[in-house]
Amino acid sequence: MVSKQENFSYRLWRYDGAPGELIPLLQSAQDHFGYIPRRAINYISGVTGIPESEIYGVITFYSQFRLRPMGKYVVRVCAGTACHVSGAKMITETVEEEIGVGVGDTSEDGLFTLNTVACIGCCSLAPVVMVDDDTFGSLTPASTRKLVKKFKREASKQQTAPTETPVT
Amino acid sequence: MKRIIVGMGTCGLSAGAQAVYNRLEELVADNPDACVLSKTGCIGMCYREPLVEIDDGDNRVIYGGVTAKTAEDIVERHVLKDERIADESLVYAIAGDGQTAGSEAPFLDLQERIVLRNCGSIDPESIEDYVAAGGYAGLKKALLDLSPDAIIQEIKDSGLRGRGGAGFPTGLKWSFCAGYEADQKYVVCNADEGDPGAFMDRSVLEGDPHSVLEGMIICGKAINASFGYIYCRAEYPLAIHRLEIALAAAREAGYLGKNILGSGFDFDMKIKQGAGAFVCGEETALFASIEGQRGMPRIRPPFPAEKGLWQKPTNNNNVETYANVPWILSEGSQAYAAFGTEKSKGTKVFALAGKVANGGLAEVPMGTTINDLVFKIGGGIKEGREFKAVQMGGPSGGCIPAAMGDTPVDFESIPKTGAIMGSGGMVVMDDSTCMVEIARFFLNFTQTESCGKCTFCRIGTLRMLEILEKLTLGEGEPEDLDRLSELAIRIKEASLCGLGQSAPNPAQTALRYYLDEYEAHIHDKHCPAGACLPLVNFSVIEEKCSGCTLCAKNCPVDAISGKPKEVHIIDQATCVKCGKCITSCNFNAILTQ
Repeated sequence: MVSKQENFSYRLWRYDGAPGELIPLLQSAQDHFGYIPRRAINYISGVTGIPESEIYGVITFYSQFRLRPMGKYVVRVCAGTACHVSGAKMITETVEEEIGVGVGDTSEDGLFTLNTVACIGCCSLAPVVMVDDDTFGSLTPASTRKLVKKFKREASKQQTAPTETPVT
Repeated sequence: MKRIIVGMGTCGLSAGAQAVYNRLEELVADNPDACVLSKTGCIGMCYREPLVEIDDGDNRVIYGGVTAKTAEDIVERHVLKDERIADESLVYAIAGDGQTAGSEAPFLDLQERIVLRNCGSIDPESIEDYVAAGGYAGLKKALLDLSPDAIIQEIKDSGLRGRGGAGFPTGLKWSFCAGYEADQKYVVCNADEGDPGAFMDRSVLEGDPHSVLEGMIICGKAINASFGYIYCRAEYPLAIHRLEIALAAAREAGYLGKNILGSGFDFDMKIKQGAGAFVCGEETALFASIEGQRGMPRIRPPFPAEKGLWQKPTNNNNVETYANVPWILSEGSQAYAAFGTEKSKGTKVFALAGKVANGGLAEVPMGTTINDLVFKIGGGIKEGREFKAVQMGGPSGGCIPAAMGDTPVDFESIPKTGAIMGSGGMVVMDDSTCMVEIARFFLNFTQTESCGKCTFCRIGTLRMLEILEKLTLGEGEPEDLDRLSELAIRIKEASLCGLGQSAPNPAQTALRYYLDEYEAHIHDKHCPAGACLPLVNFSVIEEKCSGCTLCAKNCPVDAISGKPKEVHIIDQATCVKCGKCITSCNFNAILTQ
């Protein structure tokens, strides 16, 4: 499996003018840096010839792209219909309380970023929360609290390096 | 030699299937002569995941709710001693002669599985499994026995209509694109499945990716296209992963690439990931996204069949539509047309979710009634509550009240109710769901996802949302209902694409069927369903309260009193209805009504 480091630079290097590569390049940059820093926009613009303003327009259109670094754990509370009728609002509030941030923000210690997502597709397990690529279903406020605490414990066992600051 | 098959779709994994698989790996390694282990996608019985199947070649037995511990039992008794565990955990069994049994037999027995034919029985990462189950036979026929016109005729004769929501006749759509000449034509698969509450496409992509590939290649041959794109939303990482494996395997086996099966036909395809935009499920916005632009819809005509991706003739269909194609080619159009109603042929996959007891995927013939889906397959409402409505068509659809439960689900009957068939998401609601709040929820969604191009969609949906929010906060005025109706009409008239044109639907159907709830919110400042917190009364449920004092400690206005280990009481005069007690309580002891 090619490491993420090579992925983005490699993709830039082998860009051959094929059309429709902007979004995959942005996704590759985000995989590499954890978000899209100004210099990534600069690199992509240089290689593809697409103006930075246009790239910025594409980034801000799609909700997947972020211009600021995210926390170590990205928590996504599903706000789809099935989850909504099954109490997703309470789950969101519980997570907000436990982490100490509102939806869309990152905690001060850089551990958690909280977002809502439209629908994860696990509707029979509603309400559902994703932490990075793992999905947790059939949650209640109580079990959600336990889940967040579990991640807090895991994080405190490892060292977290300072994150790169964005230049936007 | 028995096969042990573990369900490893996203549902299964979230329910804990990985731990079960890992334990089984150890047990199988200890008994290599008795059994082999493999994995499969989602069979659709999501409410009993993790699921483990034991297949002895003749009989198939599926156990539900399996844990690493009960997996040991299953191996001990069923695998090694041929002794079935005859309790509730045996959800389904099918014998060699077709006889079925098990606690959840109705769920599967009432289905006709064409699209889901392989989901839950084959290993989605094995092309050998797919071929052994009849895969790529349809493609062989299409490439070696039929002309492009004959392929299109088969699809027309089957009566297949698009499964993405619009229900446009598929054969006709293909014939349009086939009629245009160009140096490059494209086949596109819309795997964006953005509707909240819909997960049919996810399960097909995770459980039987080759069925979609095969359908697309057949389409390519029919319309004379040489390249395809699968546009899959980024929120489905497992689906993307399985698609990548499938593409590589198909290329290696010669089903993709140059001179496929020696027929002289070249076709290849690529996966494009979405980046989190619901509007990119709209086909012209989808093309814009593949082209690397902001996903904003374009005006039609010209239609994609003439000028689509990069202005070339393009055929775009939904995942489920393509998954039907190989079956139609190999079994014949008449076999498909034998299912369904006169104008809605075939089967449809529905994603049952919400307050239904058996949440999961069910594929039934078109024309099956809502009640059959909710009660016979869905097992009725959770916790014995009352069936109130079913939401169909996602944010573009509407709520159909329980009183109309005998409505058959097909392309003709559902639109008469004001809802749409949509892609198949059915969210079941009970008496605790507020129809004003649900309309607000959907408008919030479409408002956020509006691309902004059309003024009426961009600003109109915001105005509708503001009115609905006012209603849920108890600030509604009588004139608000007229304002909602008028806005709905104008937004539909002046929006370029389906998102804007259908955004007012949930609110319109809610007004049509639940006017009394809206009036209660406006005139009585009360929410009959007990869902809009500012409009209900909070109280403690005596039987559930353990006296843990957490709610009292967290109440910002000290409205709750009670001694430890005693039932607590909320003072109505002081309560500000913030909901903190609900999130604090570990016993679900707070009632809102």
